[in-house]
Amino acid sequence: MIFQHDIVIVGAGLAGLRAAVVCAGETDVAVVTKVFPTRSHSGTAQGGISASIGNEEEDHWEWHLFDTVKGSDYLSDQDAVEIMVKDAPRAIYELEHMGVPFSRTPEGKIAQRNFGGHTRDYGKKPVKRACYAADRTGRVVLDTLYDQCLHHQVKFYSEHYVLSLVFDEGKCVGVVTYDLATGKLHFLQAKAVLLATGGCGKIYKTTSNGFASTGDGFSLANQSGIPLEDMEFIQFHPTGLYPLGILVSEAARGEGGILRNSQGERFMERYAPTIKDLAARDVVSRAILTEIKEGRGIGGKDYVHLDLTHLGEKKISERLWEIASFVRIYLGIDPVYNPIPVQPTCHYVMGGIPTDVDGRVLRDEKGLVIRGLYGAGECACVSVHGANRLGCNSLLDLLVFGRRSGLAMKEEIKQYEHPSLSSDPLKMVEEKISRLMSHKGVEKVDPLRRKMQSIMMDYGSVFRNEKGLKKGIEEIRALRERYQDVEIANKGKAFHFELMEAIELGHQLDLSEVILFSALHRKESRGAHFREDFPARTDPYFLKHTLVFQTPKGPEVRYKPVKVTRFQPQARVY
Amino acid sequence: MIVKLKIFRFDPQTDKRPYYQTFEVEADPMDRLLDCLNRVRWEQDSTLAYRWSCSHGICGSDGMRINGICGLACQKLVRDFKEEVLIEPLPVFRVVKDLIVDLDPFFEKYHSIKPYLITRTPPLDQERRQSTEEQRLFETAIRCILCACCTASCPINQNKETERYVGPAALVRAFRYLFDSRDEASEERMALLDQKDGVWGCQTKWKCTEVCPKEIPVTREIGQIKKRIYESKHTKE
Repeated sequence: MIFQHDIVIVGAGLAGLRAAVVCAGETDVAVVTKVFPTRSHSGTAQGGISASIGNEEEDHWEWHLFDTVKGSDYLSDQDAVEIMVKDAPRAIYELEHMGVPFSRTPEGKIAQRNFGGHTRDYGKKPVKRACYAADRTGRVVLDTLYDQCLHHQVKFYSEHYVLSLVFDEGKCVGVVTYDLATGKLHFLQAKAVLLATGGCGKIYKTTSNGFASTGDGFSLANQSGIPLEDMEFIQFHPTGLYPLGILVSEAARGEGGILRNSQGERFMERYAPTIKDLAARDVVSRAILTEIKEGRGIGGKDYVHLDLTHLGEKKISERLWEIASFVRIYLGIDPVYNPIPVQPTCHYVMGGIPTDVDGRVLRDEKGLVIRGLYGAGECACVSVHGANRLGCNSLLDLLVFGRRSGLAMKEEIKQYEHPSLSSDPLKMVEEKISRLMSHKGVEKVDPLRRKMQSIMMDYGSVFRNEKGLKKGIEEIRALRERYQDVEIANKGKAFHFELMEAIELGHQLDLSEVILFSALHRKESRGAHFREDFPARTDPYFLKHTLVFQTPKGPEVRYKPVKVTRFQPQARVY
Repeated sequence: MIVKLKIFRFDPQTDKRPYYQTFEVEADPMDRLLDCLNRVRWEQDSTLAYRWSCSHGICGSDGMRINGICGLACQKLVRDFKEEVLIEPLPVFRVVKDLIVDLDPFFEKYHSIKPYLITRTPPLDQERRQSTEEQRLFETAIRCILCACCTASCPINQNKETERYVGPAALVRAFRYLFDSRDEASEERMALLDQKDGVWGCQTKWKCTEVCPKEIPVTREIGQIKKRIYESKHTKE
């Protein structure tokens, strides 16, 4: 079937829904999502949204700007960061007006808490900048935005999986989707398409990401001739619940939680003397893994303790209810009385589809815009997070740039009518699907995926080196060969998850190669990218964004400059 | 250890009637039932259909009936089951395939209670004030993840004659807005809820509260809506 809409948004997380809300009413907007909207991964965000509204103590957007730039290890584009931090208070008040149930201060204002890397007066001490709703901030914002979409009659294509982006004369004109319930293909024709498909954490064995975070959007763009920017920067969140990798929010440390090694030592004092446990995530993750490597993991195992036992039951149940519930359910211990075993877990990708500050997708290092195609949220790279994202800046990014993308799309589509297309966009996809379905082979999705997740963990996680990265690339390429021989056993139509996972795996393997390839070429250490063989940051050579293009000869790397406005790179000490 | 799962199977496209199929999977006692279902699907039968996403009780995808009680497969650990585990789709809803049910009616009812803040006073250029006490009034209700376990467990919703009852999940959300000090549509909301199939559909059976994976005091919140409606009528008279 063919359906026409002014705007099609792919992904119903916070970026997609925020864009949908701003477009609704005035344009015909549809949201395509492979899970039901309220099942989107944004819902698992816990700790808060950063904004210098200063409800608890003095704060300024200039401090927020500095912290974000420093947190990014000076790789973020400072013009974009400035737009984001200046817009943050407005974005927060707007959510409050929509009904988000923020926690409150005694005066009835939005409550704020400490979060990693957010400081007062350019790094002097932690500042309360994270606006929160207990430890379920992402979920309540997701619910509120979904409710707003219902209110404004946004059309949803739930449980529809996007298989390809459709271009006509260089302009994006829609997407081909696979209806999971029926197995039918549809062409959703649009005057503008927004990719808001989230992250790709499921490439790694240990991750806080849900099953849907398979990086489809990055890969669809990359296959369509669009480069991917800064994909070597993968964030490992310091405190994943051991051994599952479920997120234990930085809010736990923001509320006073302390990391301890097997000797009971508050080891972050050695790594970040000024702000200790509230240092940026890359710093804390490396510290934890160093402690483990040097034999100070708990009981000689691969984890340390996150100690909340001094916070008291009241504070834990009021502000960290969800986290406490995960610990009780999955580990059978009570964080009120027992420290929580934690290990770093793959959490977020700083890189993504290059966009300008209005979400327009850029096709090369010179900044040439692709008409009709936008990107926002984790799958996009504006770049506001550079080499390492600060906690609470992600939700802010989604809200600010999701909305800006929506506004820009509304403007751009005024000049377009739906064109009649020269070729049938469904035909090519149909052929691809039937080839995949009828292929007789010996490989299965699950073993290949497991192997990929181990390879990425071994060679592409927190500590990297040339030998490992080369080996990783070789092994991923071997897996891609084997992937060609995947056989789909299920011949049914309805809810064919085997087919969906096979297609996802194709995307994941392509992305794995891009990540390792980008990491191999960045011969320095910066933010979340740490090279054992090049342990220092090297601004003269690498203060630049990586762009990886797919060519017939394989991936090709090019670079583009970083926009430095107010803050020149300095040594990064916490 | 070996876990035995007896799973409800039904594909309306090909099966005349539902049947049960038993699978055995190797599992660690600390594994989730969802991990076991994944193993079945990946290693034994790729046609098995169910919904899943975050796998830690936030997204609300994997509500199902486990040994007769509705809950989330990602919140149940293998070690808590001694014998074979019976896994069936949520009752009340039409089965689309295996453990997947049609939740459209659930979300239509949800939509019907106007699940959004309604205000008449133009917003300030800052936040609206709300005291911590006012916020705490509905704090437990915002834990709801729309997994539908409560509505599926409700004997009123299960009864064909009273299935039009809007159901506990929608009422929890209605409570959340009715008791939000920022909302300015109490009259409108109460009129909407003051119906046989609205809040009065609830006969205080407590099943919703028993099964809620987020420990929301559902029955109590529904009771507070009833009380508020009753009191507002009483004062008017």
